[in-house]
Amino acid sequence: MNVTRGFTGRPRVDNPGLPPGQYDAGDDWPVLSAEVTPDLTPADWTFRIDGLVEEPLTWDWGAAHALPTSVYEGDIHCVTSWSKFGVRFGGVSLDAFLEQVRPLPSATHAVAYAHTGYTTNLPLADLTGSRAWIAWEYDGRPLTPEHGGPARLLVPHLYFWKSAKWIAGLRLLDHDEPGFWEQNGYHARGNPWEEQRYSGD
Amino acid sequence: MTEIFTPPTRFAVPGRIAVGDGTANRWQTATLTEIRRETPRAATFRFAVPAWAGHLPGQHLMLRLTAADGYTAQRHYSIASAPDDSGHIELTLDHVDGGEVSGWFHAEARPGDRVEVRGPLSGFFAWPGDRAALLIGAGSGVVPLMSMVRHHRARDLSVPLRLLVSARGPEQLIYAAEYGPETTPVFTRSAPPGLLVGRLTAAHVAPLLAERPPGGWEAYVCGSNAFAEHASRLLVAAGQPVDRIRIERFG
Repeated sequence: MNVTRGFTGRPRVDNPGLPPGQYDAGDDWPVLSAEVTPDLTPADWTFRIDGLVEEPLTWDWGAAHALPTSVYEGDIHCVTSWSKFGVRFGGVSLDAFLEQVRPLPSATHAVAYAHTGYTTNLPLADLTGSRAWIAWEYDGRPLTPEHGGPARLLVPHLYFWKSAKWIAGLRLLDHDEPGFWEQNGYHARGNPWEEQRYSGD
Repeated sequence: MTEIFTPPTRFAVPGRIAVGDGTANRWQTATLTEIRRETPRAATFRFAVPAWAGHLPGQHLMLRLTAADGYTAQRHYSIASAPDDSGHIELTLDHVDGGEVSGWFHAEARPGDRVEVRGPLSGFFAWPGDRAALLIGAGSGVVPLMSMVRHHRARDLSVPLRLLVSARGPEQLIYAAEYGPETTPVFTRSAPPGLLVGRLTAAHVAPLLAERPPGGWEAYVCGSNAFAEHASRLLVAAGQPVDRIRIERFG
């Protein structure tokens, strides 16, 4: 252990919800997109799932809102080392979308892509089982553009760069293809509990 | 060869360099060799990192401090120094209110202290010195941009480079003595005699886009989220293509 002389750090908190190497950002919610925030209205927004599915489908704002609503209450973790506790997102479980397109047995991975062209790759297993959402509300209010509104992907059990803002679609694949940050040196899966920040971690 | 998915939407801002595995995964000891005050709230910390793999301007690293009980705190910081073969790197850190890492640097650190770093990280905001670069930063957002300016000078590059740097006032302008004709400072609260006070506007951006070189500018924006939103919107409104605007926001 390489102890830093004179460093004591913040008061220790016994927080079993804090993954290794993370700190509690409290009320802050930093914005970390690398692109220009798009001008995207709910009327312009669409969400499509295609690739290895029985029936590719595209939902517009109204069709997506006709699906059963679902809420995530819990924590989010950013690879830059902040975590935010007790957030509340509203939207629709991704399971509800996937039920309609019916993934083929050969589908193992997905690339999520944004209306800006941002991409991120995920194992399909991380997008199913009530662990992923299309979210359009935060704290009971419409999700703001800088946080990915009108709608973003939400996969809170992985580092937050996986939760693509301005979500436009999922392409289901039978292999993994690196997305935007994954091509820039970040980890293919990004599990905060295993501190999978960078490729090779 | 790894396949890369191309979305049916716009193509995202492409990365600038290939990023290999390896250097990002290994923590290295960095020994503090020098501290230089830049402004009342910012100082530059120079480290010896003998096995540093080298970086490109605009890249960052992760820095870790460890307490006696094993508690660690880690943060991402942009690299301020230009790439060189000195075996040293420099970081310029703001003293963040209540910041446990920047607080240690500003209150405790002295030459000879050892911390740990891993990197360099991410190719997205890197500038290899190949394309004409339009740099816009505010506060300590100028740090990765200064690495580019220094690189441009050290290598005597001929590719055009311009820097717009916003600060509250002359006292808060980091690297004030180092700027040359490539730089236009913007002062938001108080300015030296003869300069206007006010935030970055279209009037600052328009002349730079008017003089854009063949092949256009690669724009790099760094600062708070509010500044990055403001500056990137000015760039888009002035005609800079969105897929040639790279943004790094604090946080």
